[in-house]
Amino acid sequence: MPKRNDLKKVLIIGSGPIVIGQACEFDYSGTQACKAIREEGIEVVLVNSNPATIMTDPEFASRTYIEPLTIGTFERILERERPDAVLPTVGGQTALNLAIAASNSGLLSRLGVELIGAKLDAILMAEDRSLFREAMAEIGLRVPRSHLVRDSTSRRDALAEIGLPAIIRPSFTLGGSGGSIATTEEEYLEKVDWGLQQSPTTEVLVEESVIGWKEFELEVLRDSADNVVIVCSIENLDPMGIHTGDSITVAPAQTLTDKEYQRLRDASLKIIRKIGVDTGGSNIQFAINPRNGDIVVIEMNPRVSRSSALASKATGFPIAKIAAKLALGYRLDEIPNDITKKTPACFEPTLDYVVTKIPRFAFEKFPAADSRLGVQMKSVGEVMAIGRTFCESLQKAIRSLEIDLCGLEESDLRGKDLELEIRECRPTRLWAVAQALRCGWSLERVFQASAIDPWFLGQLKRLIDAESTITQKLDLHRAKRLGFSDRRIGQLTGTTEASVRRQRIQAGIVPVFRRIDTCAAEFEADTPYLYSTYEEECEARPTEARKVMILGGGPNRIGQGIEFDYCCVHGVAGLRLDGFETIMVNCNPETVSTDYDTADRLYFEPLTLEDVLAIVDRERPEGVIVQFGGQTPLRLAVALEEAGVNILGTSPDAIDRAEDRERFSLLLEKLHLNQPDNAVARSVEEARRQADALGYPVLLRPSYVLGGRAMQIVHEPQQLEAYIREAVQVGDAHPVLIDRFLAEAIEVDVDAICDGRTAIIGGVMEHIEEAGIHSGDSACSLPAYSLPQHVIEEIKRATRRLALELGVRGLMNVQFAVTGEKIYVLEVNPRASRTVPFVSKAVGRPLAQIAARVMAGKSLSEIGVTTDLEPSHVSVKEAVFPFVKFPGVDTLLGPEMKSTGEVMGIDSGFPRAYAKAQRAAGMDLPLSGDVLMSFRDADKPAILESARLLTKAGFSVVATRGTAAFLTENGIAVKVVNKHFEGGSSTLDLLRAGAVDLVLTSTKIGDARAVRDSAHMRRAALEMGIPYYTTAAAARVCARAIQSLQEKPLEPVALQDVHRRQLASNTASLEV
Amino acid sequence: MHKPFRACLVLADGSTFQGEAFGATTTGAGEVVFHTGMTGYQEILSDPSYAGQVVCMTCPEIGNVGVNKEDAESKGLFLRGLVVRDHTDAPSSWRSQGTLSEYLYRHGVPGISGVDTRRLVRRIRTIGATNGLILHGDVDLDAAGEEARMLPHLVGQNLVDAVTCTTPYAWHQGSTWPAVARPKPMYRVVAYDFGIKHSILRMLVDAGFEVVVVPAATPAAEALALDPHGIFLSNGPGDPAAIPYVQAIVGELAERKPIFGICLGHQILGLALGARVKKLRFGHHGANHPAREAETGRILITSENHGFALDEESLRSLPELEVTHVNLNDNCIEGIRHRSRPLFSVQFHPEASPGPHDASNLFARFRAMIKTDASAATPG
Ligand SMILES: Nc1ncnc2c1ncn2[C@@H]1O[C@H](COP(=O)(O)OP(=O)(O)O)[C@@H](O)[C@H]1O
Ligand SMILES: Nc1ncnc2c1ncn2[C@@H]1O[C@H](COP(=O)(O)OP(=O)(O)O)[C@@H](O)[C@H]1O
Ligand SMILES: [Mg+2]
Ligand SMILES: [Mg+2]
Repeated sequence: MPKRNDLKKVLIIGSGPIVIGQACEFDYSGTQACKAIREEGIEVVLVNSNPATIMTDPEFASRTYIEPLTIGTFERILERERPDAVLPTVGGQTALNLAIAASNSGLLSRLGVELIGAKLDAILMAEDRSLFREAMAEIGLRVPRSHLVRDSTSRRDALAEIGLPAIIRPSFTLGGSGGSIATTEEEYLEKVDWGLQQSPTTEVLVEESVIGWKEFELEVLRDSADNVVIVCSIENLDPMGIHTGDSITVAPAQTLTDKEYQRLRDASLKIIRKIGVDTGGSNIQFAINPRNGDIVVIEMNPRVSRSSALASKATGFPIAKIAAKLALGYRLDEIPNDITKKTPACFEPTLDYVVTKIPRFAFEKFPAADSRLGVQMKSVGEVMAIGRTFCESLQKAIRSLEIDLCGLEESDLRGKDLELEIRECRPTRLWAVAQALRCGWSLERVFQASAIDPWFLGQLKRLIDAESTITQKLDLHRAKRLGFSDRRIGQLTGTTEASVRRQRIQAGIVPVFRRIDTCAAEFEADTPYLYSTYEEECEARPTEARKVMILGGGPNRIGQGIEFDYCCVHGVAGLRLDGFETIMVNCNPETVSTDYDTADRLYFEPLTLEDVLAIVDRERPEGVIVQFGGQTPLRLAVALEEAGVNILGTSPDAIDRAEDRERFSLLLEKLHLNQPDNAVARSVEEARRQADALGYPVLLRPSYVLGGRAMQIVHEPQQLEAYIREAVQVGDAHPVLIDRFLAEAIEVDVDAICDGRTAIIGGVMEHIEEAGIHSGDSACSLPAYSLPQHVIEEIKRATRRLALELGVRGLMNVQFAVTGEKIYVLEVNPRASRTVPFVSKAVGRPLAQIAARVMAGKSLSEIGVTTDLEPSHVSVKEAVFPFVKFPGVDTLLGPEMKSTGEVMGIDSGFPRAYAKAQRAAGMDLPLSGDVLMSFRDADKPAILESARLLTKAGFSVVATRGTAAFLTENGIAVKVVNKHFEGGSSTLDLLRAGAVDLVLTSTKIGDARAVRDSAHMRRAALEMGIPYYTTAAAARVCARAIQSLQEKPLEPVALQDVHRRQLASNTASLEV
Repeated sequence: MHKPFRACLVLADGSTFQGEAFGATTTGAGEVVFHTGMTGYQEILSDPSYAGQVVCMTCPEIGNVGVNKEDAESKGLFLRGLVVRDHTDAPSSWRSQGTLSEYLYRHGVPGISGVDTRRLVRRIRTIGATNGLILHGDVDLDAAGEEARMLPHLVGQNLVDAVTCTTPYAWHQGSTWPAVARPKPMYRVVAYDFGIKHSILRMLVDAGFEVVVVPAATPAAEALALDPHGIFLSNGPGDPAAIPYVQAIVGELAERKPIFGICLGHQILGLALGARVKKLRFGHHGANHPAREAETGRILITSENHGFALDEESLRSLPELEVTHVNLNDNCIEGIRHRSRPLFSVQFHPEASPGPHDASNLFARFRAMIKTDASAATPG
């Protein structure tokens, strides 16, 4: 069955903002799907609220809607576009949920739109736990037993039936959060009660635990002719009980006999057929009892997933692309294998290397969060590494993580503490296990404590043994073959990385590069998708072309996410326009940049000096771009340059001028630009003195952090001392930086491009939240919505002068703070910033592409970029946070970034664009109802406007005592409610009862007591899914947004239309 | 256990591959083939079809799950050597009963570990099937290359006689995890042992057969005297043309009884029906080969292990023979059927072991064919 001819227009649903559990892997799969469908001559319509994605670039679809993924918006888009079919299987759970809603409401059948990839019945059978259980029973497969608990009496029945330990899953919680494990009866009762409270339907599923069993995943594809292949098997090093997303995983599976593996394969075939995913991919998770081989099915995802992105990168088999083709009706044997070109995609890839994935966590941003890993995912990113053996790939993965570790470093833990560290499984468990082996624990003892399969433990033991050999008598060649980094060897032998490197190169021990080819070299591979190893034959075959290497951003983390990958991908596109061959280096399997289709050549390697230099030595590129991948490559710039590498774009010295505090101050002085007053302190006393001189509040930034908290706003001397004593280490080597805190300042972000002679402003973004809330966590508007024009002009001028003075070649981002007429420069980043994708989409100009061309030698005028663009519409960016995944953690924002993702709202005016962005971020603003207000004193005057607006709009206002008094004084009708610690019926009761539709509050940042007293309100609003805002500034624009929504409902707009209008208005204004 | 001991593999073209010895430290000489399966090294090692060959596993980590009695595909090891990138003597599996090294040692098979197996595969892919030698200690590489060049070519070698059983025996055991309940009634099948794998016997039992295994040279009359409902022709090593006596026997049996053949058995059936075989460049050895079933268009992911195949040319003049399966990678014939008589065979391994079970229903098909044949023979 070749391609269906009846499909002329297909709508693809994206996955929305990056959140824990749904990251940029869906940009990778969505982008592949867009390309795969478009190249068949089928029109693609795309809906995704996330502007930082490649898939929402206007070239990837004929109609791109950066719009909220809500059923209302979806309905309007479907009505307008009338596609033949919707593909819901490449946009994660978000896309599936939207498709289910659209089917259930009758929308799809009303408009005659078909679901392709997976039909509704299949989606429901896989997603609904009881339907899934029944289906598995019918095909003779076991799932963990479970019992639904609806009240505290049936808790006992469930306990008797299921036993302990038990998995507790509250039903229908926001983001599926709240799952946990109970090991004692007390814990069980407590967790069930908590779960009942959390669940909007007061239901908790109590499930039989198979903690400690081995966990496996299989990636399965099926076509319309019922051909099924397994693309990859993945084994979790961390056993059941630790979410696969948080587990170290390995491909292919390592500890199964063929008979056991084939049982999983047989089961997978049965499952995909039973569930009825008939044209696409699925991910199936299994648990195996290590004592007797019993198998239980954990779940099936009837769509591409995080694991399928990993499997695609691990095998070279592009699952999302093929799944999209299958959804169009193609059969597996009709699609060629991209890599061999000669053989069909209907086969099962075979690996002659080992792939290791390690997740990356962000607990340092959430010190109050429980860092023990469990059944709910908590990691924010991951790295993948490829080696010819497990040892090699594990060690490469460790150094890819960028957590300042270069191997299995020693830990200080011993005895009981070590045992606890292993049992409790935190992100550092791997190192604890290694330490236990180093201390001479038997494999059996470590196995008892960790349930990690002894094969993996044996491999770790091998590395620990090798370390002691290295210390005694170094055999460099052997060490390198086991994956030891130069730096680790240096640590073990008491010398430096540089000296190990010298010695190694002198001895001729250099890595070779091998190809990922899906077939273990059985057929010739056309595609240069490479990894390094220490063997005898190099398959890199570099070309003689003019080439540029781009260093990627490594693992996603808070502060460095998909936006930087977006820039890397655009860098490739730009360089290609100018005829360069492009070489990508990155180790993040979720990304578009690590698609072998993106750059001409892909090296899937750690971004360390050692690994990057090895590639440079082999490829000899004309230059290397370090500007796009965030801090990761930037940190390598100086060392690369010292090693003789030509760094393209802004010089490392200019970068240093912007980053080094003293040089930066001199720079600003020279340009007569303002900076918040600041000082450096090397002792507590000095800090006190300096802070007194600057005047409170001050912003502290330690250069060495103990407790994870980095930046802190401090209001008084006692607080300053306490903070310095508890959280940071201060001394000659670890100074504390102190800035005067600019209260109530408006923060502004500017992105610009400069070729050394001309600087063009990409966009000026005015933040909604005031300075003091990290720029990555603030909403912002492009163009500015309140700043006077002359201030904006002044900001642009300052930006241009900074760019020219620094000699920027490429991108630059500047953050300003404005108080009244005074403009301060907070920070200059001479590199691609988080806002580049947002600005590029808002103004319709691909900044990163242009920047890459500038870096490679073109001038802005040669590229045709000669003027700043003035947008003809308003774009608002809003941040999205991971708080639901961290029970008990306060949602208050501050100078430390906490958001994982972002959404964009585009509309004709600011309030509506803001409303749209809010809706996309999951804050669906109410049009009527009760608003709860509670503000700190300083903000009270500022919120009068919003209280008036909301009252006029028909809202009733409920407020805590102080706020109520202030509002009453000002003639606004208010009901008073107690704070929860004041007793009686309180804010918390109102929130829990669902009697509030909107929460507007603020608290003095840095005032620990006030923060603590108000935390419950923010948390309850979050958990109840009530829109809430925690600053006066946000409260004000929120009220204006509600007012605009009352005037008329939001309408979706296609990006292509916006850009067309934009172009028209800019040319018109030029002609005038 | 042992201190690492140097070993090397020398190919007939003079290329050499260094590594460390494990298993037995005997010299290994034979045709070097690579296997691309990622599970089931023990099944591969114990498959008599590898007699006379040195096997290189492309999957780098080998030995992880140890070895056990149940996964042995025959009573011994018949291959000449094992080449791996990495191996472990600390296996982990609830089914494990010993280590890979011990297993090789016990059966006198040399292993070599730490080899750049990918370079080896790329070499074989370039020069085609070639002979090689595994040697230990300080080796005179030039002399070794010369010696490897002098090794006898696999074409024309009779390796079946070395692996077949000496006397007939009955087989009763079914699979550990059978997919379906055993059907009734039982049919009797005589299985010619050219190097038969235990999993084939188990799957015959699962499919409802009473199995008698007979030596390769068992005359047709003796087989028929066992009063079978059908004849099974097993897999086995080497060149089918090197055992012409078997062709004659099969030719005779084909006139009388339903026949199902696998791998070497498939080639022998083809030869007996007038087809020719050819040597492949470097063969198919893996568990991921797509084979299209002509009748349904369905693709089976199959386990394959063959260096010879039926020649398409020769089938043109045999209109009675129909090609039922082809390999999608290179269009090689993977299955045939007689248009009017109950005879069919496949080149791939429906018993898998190791490999996917996509073709396991062929045993049931054999049974169905016998049932039709039996009811035709004795109506009522
Ligand atoms: N019954 C169970 N016993 C022990 N661990 C479990 C059980 N069910 C799930 N888990 C663990 O929780 C993780 C997440 O569960 P899963 O059902 O896959 O949810 P998700 O949709 O978040 O992937 C799994 O990867 C597994 O490690
Ligand atoms: N002097 C200051 N006064 C008020 N707010 C500040 C000041 N300095 C920094 N901030 C706030 O802290 C945030 C983070 O500071 P920044 O220097 O941009 O660090 P980062 O490197 O994390 O981006 C800024 O976005 C701003 O909101
Ligand atoms: Mg899961
Ligand atoms: Mg900043």
